[in-house]
Amino acid sequence: MRDFRIVAGLVGLCGIAAIAGLFAGGFPVSEWLDGEPAARLILIELRLPRIALGFLVGAALGISGAGLQGYFRNPLADPGVIGVSASAGLGAVAALYFGLAAMSGLVLPAMAIAGAGLGGVTLLLIAGRGATATTLILSGVAVGALANALVALAMNFSPNPWALSEIAYWLMGSLANTSWTDVKLATPLIAFGGLVIWSTRRDLDALTMGEETARSMGVNLRGVQIRLIAGTALAVGAAVAVAGAIGFVGLVVPHLLRRFVGHEPARLLLPSALGGGALLVLADTATRILSGEGIALYLGVTTAMLGVPFFFHLVRSSARQAP
Amino acid sequence: MTLRYEIGALECRYGMRTALRIEPLGLNAGELTAIVGPNGAGKSTLIKALAGLLQPVTGEIRQAGIQLHRFSDRERARRIAYLPADSRLAWPLTARRVVELGRLPFLKPLSKPSAQDQDRVDDAIERAGAAGLTDRRFDALSSGEKARILLARALATDAPTLLLDEPAAALDPRHQLAVTQLLKTEAERGVCVVITGHSLELVSRFADRVLVVDEGGIVADGAPDEALRPDILKRVFGLNAPGGVPRLDWSLA
Repeated sequence: MRDFRIVAGLVGLCGIAAIAGLFAGGFPVSEWLDGEPAARLILIELRLPRIALGFLVGAALGISGAGLQGYFRNPLADPGVIGVSASAGLGAVAALYFGLAAMSGLVLPAMAIAGAGLGGVTLLLIAGRGATATTLILSGVAVGALANALVALAMNFSPNPWALSEIAYWLMGSLANTSWTDVKLATPLIAFGGLVIWSTRRDLDALTMGEETARSMGVNLRGVQIRLIAGTALAVGAAVAVAGAIGFVGLVVPHLLRRFVGHEPARLLLPSALGGGALLVLADTATRILSGEGIALYLGVTTAMLGVPFFFHLVRSSARQAP
Repeated sequence: MTLRYEIGALECRYGMRTALRIEPLGLNAGELTAIVGPNGAGKSTLIKALAGLLQPVTGEIRQAGIQLHRFSDRERARRIAYLPADSRLAWPLTARRVVELGRLPFLKPLSKPSAQDQDRVDDAIERAGAAGLTDRRFDALSSGEKARILLARALATDAPTLLLDEPAAALDPRHQLAVTQLLKTEAERGVCVVITGHSLELVSRFADRVLVVDEGGIVADGAPDEALRPDILKRVFGLNAPGGVPRLDWSLA
């Protein structure tokens, strides 16, 4: 396998992130070694699902970011630009606003996924047949803006400050209170969405030469659009459903890893999934360590705070090279 | 001489503007056909229509009796290799990888390029005069080197129809000659080669047939001497050339 080294390195990084996530932040190691049931419970029921979910969410964001950057041939693309994250957020906020989320733990995720699906369908309808990358990205911005406006509307009409803060905190993204139920819910959706995105890999390579050449090489552009948007809606919709809106991972991870895979869109997909997973688990661990008594930091905040300076550095250093 | 393309009376539009309107014609396999004409005459439109990338508003284009849009995308891509005039690449792949993309229409869903695919790629690189460029990053190549790599990509497909939009535009004189000779050889092997270009001297020396396009129509069609006669040169290109196009007698040193 050509990318064995980068893939092995990222798997190793995921392992380190997982170990750090398990034991950082006051895990009672000695009690656990003594076989105390409470410590075991913390490990199995609190820490492990949180790490597993962090990995899944990061992988979903990473692979869809890589797929979309490949399709749009633009390193600025991420699940945010096609409005899927915002639509999923809108679904979840609707569940919170109408008080449906209190009925069952499954209502909010289900509505977030439905929101992502609805956003994806709207996007395809607005863009229409024969859409180019430009029309698709503009339609995505429109869908995202509409979803964000409706979220703002829900916050505007919140009946009381508690409802407002519930929505606001949810939007910041968090892996706190993760259970195995969330993992079971997210795993099949993210795995299937990731596979759908992966199925476009050769088309993405062909698109490197532009849409016209790609078509002449047998790429069905509409098919690629539908698969990418459906895959992103599934994977990112599920990620937002269980963890809230977490930005930046989908943008920065493919960008970080592109140079290690010869800038090839197809080879970038798997490393981006692994890298996204590792980054999110690390960011979540940092969130837990940095959160003080009574002040819980939110994951969406940490990913951005940690990622932005690094990203600046990358942009500046790559600006000195050829484009 | 076998007929490769049967083209009906065509009309192609961009929005409301008619870019091309032509009478029925056929194109032969085993011939190098050159489409010439001033900027904006409709050369690229014609070649895109032949590639099946532009659906004519009226009229049909057939290969082997089948309309182009009836072929599956993959089948069409195996039959017709198309090289656009635009040589930009979104990502700085290595040059060899770019050529390998020419084999995409033949790859099975989960398998890697076979040894045969690799042979085709090596062969295409050799023929396009691109050996020695393959390990470099595409964005580090000069425009002429890029053009040769992209030509190798089109050749790697090994398609029975080869459509090239200005393949020689960025090349130095030696490579212009080399590439045109190569395309002539391809045609002699039985490939249907259609190119557009501005070098009338090269066209008149190597093309078997010349289509002169002006203002969206074909105004002359025939052997180079016949299609590029003085009155056409004057009317279409605005050139006074009482003796026709001079014959090139260059050869590769």
